Parts: sequence; structure tokens; C-alpha cells
Amino acid sequence: MGDGNQALSSDRPDLAIEVRGLSKSYGRTQVLRDLDLQVPWGQTLTVLGPNGSGKTTLIKTLATLARPDAGEIHIAGLSARRNGVRIRSTIGVVTHDPLLYDGLTGAENLRFFARMFALDHVEDRILEVAAQMGITDRLDSRAGTLSHGMRRRFSIARALLHSPRILIMDEPESGLDQRALALLDDLIMNGRRLGRTILMTTHNFERGIALADRIAILARGTIAYQGMADSYSTRDAYERLAPDVQYEARNP
Amino acid sequence: MKTSMLAVLAILWKDVVLELRTRDIVVSALVFALLVIVVFNFAVTPTPRTVPFVAPGVLWIAFTFGGVLGLNRSMALERESGGLHALMLAPVSRDLIFFGKMLGSFLFMLLVEAATFPVFAVLYNFSLLLPGLIPVAVLATLAIATVGTLFSAIAANTRSREVMLPLLFFPVLVPAVIAAVEATTAVIQGGSPFERWIPFLVAFDALFLVVCPFAFHLVVEE
Repeated sequence: MGDGNQALSSDRPDLAIEVRGLSKSYGRTQVLRDLDLQVPWGQTLTVLGPNGSGKTTLIKTLATLARPDAGEIHIAGLSARRNGVRIRSTIGVVTHDPLLYDGLTGAENLRFFARMFALDHVEDRILEVAAQMGITDRLDSRAGTLSHGMRRRFSIARALLHSPRILIMDEPESGLDQRALALLDDLIMNGRRLGRTILMTTHNFERGIALADRIAILARGTIAYQGMADSYSTRDAYERLAPDVQYEARNP
Repeated sequence: MKTSMLAVLAILWKDVVLELRTRDIVVSALVFALLVIVVFNFAVTPTPRTVPFVAPGVLWIAFTFGGVLGLNRSMALERESGGLHALMLAPVSRDLIFFGKMLGSFLFMLLVEAATFPVFAVLYNFSLLLPGLIPVAVLATLAIATVGTLFSAIAANTRSREVMLPLLFFPVLVPAVIAAVEATTAVIQGGSPFERWIPFLVAFDALFLVVCPFAFHLVVEE
């Protein structure tokens, strides 16, 4: 068959996320250029990069919120061009903004998204993810009255509602206090044990190394380096390629 | 099919709960529609002879501009909270998001119209019992909500969205407004709107209920 059919599904079933030749521009600004990225099933990949390197745009295109100008994205073996709905049922996404309705309580926000995901046993599931993120006592508070960190926790809880096989997170530690950071670390480490695939962006190299199997460094819209998290070459690449990232890590 | 319906109803439920708490959309649209009707009443000083010609236009100006306010608020709320992105992360097609948002705006506008019409009837000396107006109001409001939901999503991305929405929206909506005014005139004068203007509104709605969800898909993705 033609190329069109080949593009519908990946020829790499071992990969949870496969990105080939991804380019994305906003107006005249090219944010992502010819980006290639692979994340095997069950692995955790941390994407490091300075501000403006394209991390959020990468997350948005993976989450099917933004259309690529060129290139192919396959998630769980499905092409993002044609299978957006099926892909979204497989992934959980934590974006930079918490994406909560201020006028609804935390529980109502979670209940609404549970309905959008057509989940069964909604109330049980809400209590489960709320316990995971330590927000059980704030379920009845209006989202508009919550602190940034608490909203962030609700945002992560929302992404976990449908027990996604793939978790995509854009700087999930942003605004979290030490307790919430520990909960997030537990979540990621438990996810790894359960075989969940995780892709997350961060500015914090040491956290990225500690939590991930692999590290990718994004610079000027393309993956400048990809390697194992605990290898010397990764630290070397980080020193060489991302002085801006180091600066941000020292001056958060 | 059941899942699709549940998603549309979930969006509608969310919009209704938020509206019950804030009364942001209905109150602003209602106040505006009432102001238009009252101001026009003083401006044109309707007489029994001129009322059948003037009143339908005033009524639909009030409903349409009131609707614009409501539509702007509805989509701005999604943009401000990031809710549109949250909706887009759900495993439902963009069409269903469109229908959920459109249905909410449609119901809020019908509510505003139901509250405005008695005031209009008193000021312009009409009978409240004009059942022929019900299909006209439903079909024309559906047209405003359908086209308006699409264009409010476009306008929400712009800085001057309050200006952009009417600029984008009215040229497309003009045929439906003309049909609504003509059909209302026919009802008020004791004629039937079903021969010409109701079929026109049905065709308008059918066309835009197909076109707008498709275009919405293109508009909301970056």
C-alpha cells in the first residue's frame, strides 16, 4: 500500500512514543525543527532544555493540542494525524497551566474530566488519585481558591484519572512544595515499576537524572543529545550543550 | 454514540454549573437585550401602525447583540482557565466539544429570550401568546449559537476579541437575522412563517451545523 497507510501505524511496536522529522512554527518563528525522538515502552525520558528551546511546543504536539507542520508522531503505535481520539485515551498530560475551572471545586473538576473520559466508578477513582496526590482534604474547595502548587497537584491528579499507559508532563515540579515533590517522585518511580512510559520536561538536571532512564537535551528546537540517564556521556553532553539549562537550574 | 452524548452532556453540565455560580453569561446578555429594547422604544416611539414593521427588527437586534456578549464570555472563560486545552485532552472528537459548547450557549440564549420577550411584549403592545414565534426563536437562536460558537473560538485567540467577534460573525449571520426578522413580522401580522422563512432557517442551521464543527476542529488546534 501507499505511504499514507504506512503513516497510520508505527513499524516500531517497541516504542511508546516515536517522533520523526517533527517541525513546528508559529508565524515566522520555527520552534521545532526536524526533531527525532524515541521512547521505548516502560521507560522514563526526561527532556532538558532552556526556556524557548521548544519543550512546551513538543509537549503540545505530543498531546495532540498542536498540529505539526511536518514530520510524524506515533504514540502507542498510532499516528497522531489520524488517531487523536484513541491516542488521547492512552496518554495522560500535565501541561504548564493547571487547566482547571476556577468556579468548580476540585472534586467537580475531576468528576467532569472523568465523565469526558467515560470512566466507570468515578467517585472511587477520584478518591484514589486524590490520595495519591495528597489533595483529599481539598476536594471540596473551589479551584479558584487553591494555591498554584495545589492546583498543580489537581492537574496531575486529573492526568492520572484514566490510568494512562503513557504520561506526558511539562515541568511537573513547577510550583510544588517539598511534600508534593516527594509525592511526584513516588508517582514517577511507581509508574516505572508498573511499566508506565513517562516523558517529562524539566530544568532540573539532577532530578531528571535521578528519575529517568534516558535524558534528551533539546536545544534550538531539535534534540541535540539523547542517551542513558546515568552515563558519563550524558553529563558531558549536558555540560557542553546546555549552559542555559544549568544557569536556570542554579537560579530557578 | 452513547459516549459521544455523555461527553456533550458533560460539557453542558459544566457550563450550566459554572453559570449558576457566576451568572456571568445570562445576566450580561439579559441586561444588554433589555437595554436595547428599552432604548429603541424611546428612540423610535412605536405607534400601532409602525410596530409590526419596527418591533421584529428591534427584537432580533436585542437577541443577536445579547447573544454576542454571551458567546464572548462563554469562550473567554474557556480561554482564561485553559479549559479549552483541557477539553481537547479528552478522548473525544473536537466536534463534540463544539456541540457541547454550542448547546450551552443555545440554552442560555433561549433563557435570555424567554425573559426578554415579556418586557418586549409590554413595551411594544403585543400579545404574549404568539406560539408561531417559538419555532422562529428556536431556529434563529440555533443559527446564532452555531455560527457564534465557531467565531467566538476564533475571536478568543485575538487581543480585541470583543470587537473581533461581531466583525467576523455578523456578515455570516446576516441571512439568518433577515429570515428571523421576516418570520417574526409574518407571525405578528397574522401570517405564516412556515412557507418561506422557517424552511430558510432550517436550511441555514443544517448547513452551519455541518460546516462549523468541521471548521472548529481547524480553529482550536494550534
